Amino acid sequence: MLYREAGDYKKSYAEDSQTFPLKLDRWAYYALLAVAFLVVPFVINDYWASAVLIPFLIWSIASLGLNILTGYCGQVSLGTGGFMAVGAYASYKLMTSFPDLNIMIIVLLSGAITAAVGVVFGLPSLRIKGFYLAVATLAAQFFLVWLFNKVEWFYNYSASGQISSPTRSMFGFEVTGPTASASAKYLFCLVLVVGLAWVARNLTRGRIGRSWMAIRDMDIAAEIIGVNPLKTKLTAFAVSSFFVGVAGALMFAVYLGAVDVGDTFGIQKSFLVLFMIIIGGLGSILGSFIGAAFLVVMPVLLKNVMVGMLGWPSDMSSYLELVIIGFLIMLTLILEPHGVAQLWRVTKQKLRLWPFPH
Amino acid sequence: MSDGYVTPDGRTIGGKVLEMQNITLRFGGVVAIKDISFDIREGEIRAIIGPNGAGKSSMLNVINGFYHPQEGQILFHGEVRKPMKPYQIAKQGIARTFQNIALFKGMSTLDNIMTGRFNHMKTNIISQMIWQGPAAREEAENREIVEKVIDFLEIQAIRKTPVGALPYGLQKRVELGRALAAQPKLLLLDEPMAGMNVEEKEDMSRFILDVNDEFGTTIALIEHDMGVVMDISDRVVVMDYGKKIGDGTPDEVRNNQAVIDAYLGVDHG
Amino acid sequence: MYDQLLYGIEAAINGLMTGVMYSLVALGFVLIFKASGIFNYAQGVMALFGALTLVGIQSGQVPFAGLINAIFGTNIQNFGWELPAIAAIILTIAMMILFAWMVERYLLKHLINQEPIILFMATIGLAYFMEGVGDLMWGSDIKKIDLPIPQGINNTIDSLTYDWFGYGFYIDNLDITASVLAIILVVTLTIFSQYSSTGRALRAVADDHQAALSVGISLRSIWVIVWSIAGFIALVAGVMWGAKSGVQFSLSLITLKALPVLMLGGFTSIPGAIIGGMIIGVGEKVFEFVVSSSWFGDAMGFTMNATENWFAYVLALVFLVFRPQGLFGEKIIERV
Repeated sequence: MLYREAGDYKKSYAEDSQTFPLKLDRWAYYALLAVAFLVVPFVINDYWASAVLIPFLIWSIASLGLNILTGYCGQVSLGTGGFMAVGAYASYKLMTSFPDLNIMIIVLLSGAITAAVGVVFGLPSLRIKGFYLAVATLAAQFFLVWLFNKVEWFYNYSASGQISSPTRSMFGFEVTGPTASASAKYLFCLVLVVGLAWVARNLTRGRIGRSWMAIRDMDIAAEIIGVNPLKTKLTAFAVSSFFVGVAGALMFAVYLGAVDVGDTFGIQKSFLVLFMIIIGGLGSILGSFIGAAFLVVMPVLLKNVMVGMLGWPSDMSSYLELVIIGFLIMLTLILEPHGVAQLWRVTKQKLRLWPFPH
Repeated sequence: MSDGYVTPDGRTIGGKVLEMQNITLRFGGVVAIKDISFDIREGEIRAIIGPNGAGKSSMLNVINGFYHPQEGQILFHGEVRKPMKPYQIAKQGIARTFQNIALFKGMSTLDNIMTGRFNHMKTNIISQMIWQGPAAREEAENREIVEKVIDFLEIQAIRKTPVGALPYGLQKRVELGRALAAQPKLLLLDEPMAGMNVEEKEDMSRFILDVNDEFGTTIALIEHDMGVVMDISDRVVVMDYGKKIGDGTPDEVRNNQAVIDAYLGVDHG
Repeated sequence: MYDQLLYGIEAAINGLMTGVMYSLVALGFVLIFKASGIFNYAQGVMALFGALTLVGIQSGQVPFAGLINAIFGTNIQNFGWELPAIAAIILTIAMMILFAWMVERYLLKHLINQEPIILFMATIGLAYFMEGVGDLMWGSDIKKIDLPIPQGINNTIDSLTYDWFGYGFYIDNLDITASVLAIILVVTLTIFSQYSSTGRALRAVADDHQAALSVGISLRSIWVIVWSIAGFIALVAGVMWGAKSGVQFSLSLITLKALPVLMLGGFTSIPGAIIGGMIIGVGEKVFEFVVSSSWFGDAMGFTMNATENWFAYVLALVFLVFRPQGLFGEKIIERV
């Protein structure tokens, strides 16, 4: 009864198209931000930070990125892992080549480098469509991982072939390296998540977002309206890869600290991010977060319940994880191809009218 | 007639907006359009009619650059048009609707029509990212024009409905809205009344006449329903098997022997 | 240089054989794609599942033993019998047919009229699901195929080539067997689809779903049949690859090897799958041979290795940019 728009008049077109049209939604959003910035950093511990919160934030950025490309622009990519690797190695090379450069700038620059690589691998998208393109992006995945594995310059000729992140600080707090505190890492990622989500929302609400969706829904009609297909697709590839590259840089520099490219950024990671946006909701900012949250929390939960509480062997919980993920993917696609975010929208729609639906 | 003419209902028709000169289009060995010439004049409603497979849709596709003819040339506002991509032609001010509705199914009515404004929106990607400021201002300005289109087509109630959920007749109307939002110099309509019932056809005819009347938009349309075509168009091109067999006012075309043969069949015995 | 040439030819022949093995997987893809427009990512997992089931049944493993033990605290592993190979094969085929039926009943039926890309993603889900189920049923340890498949160096070819060139080629009997099997499968499939009424119905469905429905062909039973055949091909592929490198998780990754084959050969063409497989098999072996050789290193200043991971994809990608429908695919004409 409280959740409704009556009395919440829209007096301008700008107000009509705001992100949270309902007062209650707006308040909930501000409250969430306040908790995330002002409460969580003081109560966070290492376990929660490294098992749930930081991976959630980083995967959210990656799935926002893929959702821009796949959910909004309709170009399915299976190269996410490879592009994350580009971000990670770019940040490594930048950190080791320019020790004085601010870490925030390094992360953003890594995103920009990934965007450039993404554009190169996005070029075939003009000629190749649908799952042909999906398979073609696998070329990026395999080639990039191989490149970082084989070309020693990328890992500074280290004997192990791994890269590990040096310590860098921001405002006097260490955010990377082995001694950085959980709350500093968390806040660093959170700032980027909030900033990038805001950018994603802005891009998808206006001219560029509509041209992406037009290409997704019917590319020929879009072109006849005046949308340049190549430019539009490449913009989507660039923006998407920027996000994914930032996620890769954070994954390496802030979260893991050391990376072996085949393990950390393999094909499985490409699928993982794709699953996040399918379950969360294609073409939805909120869905990117829901999907990331779900696929980060679910395995942790499963492991805690089965191995921790029931005492099952740990391989059982990893098998069941596969079964559950696969089952959920099929179920989501059958029941609601637009994912959990769509269910949430429908629920909200009903809530607005509750308790008088007619 | 080189500088326009006056229609029976008193509207003044201007010079040539588009002129097709000896257009021939082939797909492999199949000739879809054979040596056709005609023009479209400013402010008129021009119809292209003909039996199925006559090459009408191919002709529209040539006009908006989706197909490239092997022979002949196209003059737009008196200048020879270089071969261009469809999106470049759209920027010159040619908009169209499609025979099988080509709306963006995942978007609302409002967003579909807003997409029609694409060519008129200029803010760059950085302003779009920041939104507050130029991008938001531009959005609101264009929204105002789109709202006028929505009012004109009487579709206020479905503003925020996903277009996939709309009935056929309304989808056709939204598609017209999307083309109108571009404020085109030349509007191409590919069978705007196909599959409609009498009432919907009347509505659509009224919208077409109103568009022409209120905005002075030049319209070229393909239609099967002869009654409607003869009622609303100023001049008619008749095609059959890729060739032009008639061109003139509805009355002239109606009395053209070749046209009668094509439509009623001719005794080859 | 003469030696190098011989090694190169040997690499090419081995590549050809490996390529046929890729084709074996690609074949299942083509069948399903033609009949239902579904790009079945799960084909590789079906091969793994088939091979796992065969080994499991033959060696008398208790299905879901690990899960049962975890829940009930028991310790069962094995029924304690060994089935003859032929019985195990028949049971496994029955299992694959049951699987095909379940896929139709519980997945495809609900996804009719969805976009191809949604179906593709659904089969990725199916792949994960089946991989988990396969692991739960039979465990994830590496298993050995216990069938009388000839393996090891082919001595006839070795001695013949030694007589001719003074260098004996190493060609594996397993690869030869796989090639023969692939040829038999392709010929049988072609005859089946050309001359049997089911085959005709299958081609009708491939051409036009609606039209096939209207003349009384049951789409759903055709799908079950097609998925069964694809399951059978997957079983053959799984057994051959399993014999080569053991039955284990990595077997499912042959999907990733078959994908570029399909892109090259076209998704709708059986000959395309075979020839695409051969091109890629030969191409990646020869490319690897060249770029890892010392004279390439001398000429270019660097060498590369392990290029098999990406060569096929890059080749297919470059190829597709120039010919989007693949070698044998039908030309796509865009209409408005």
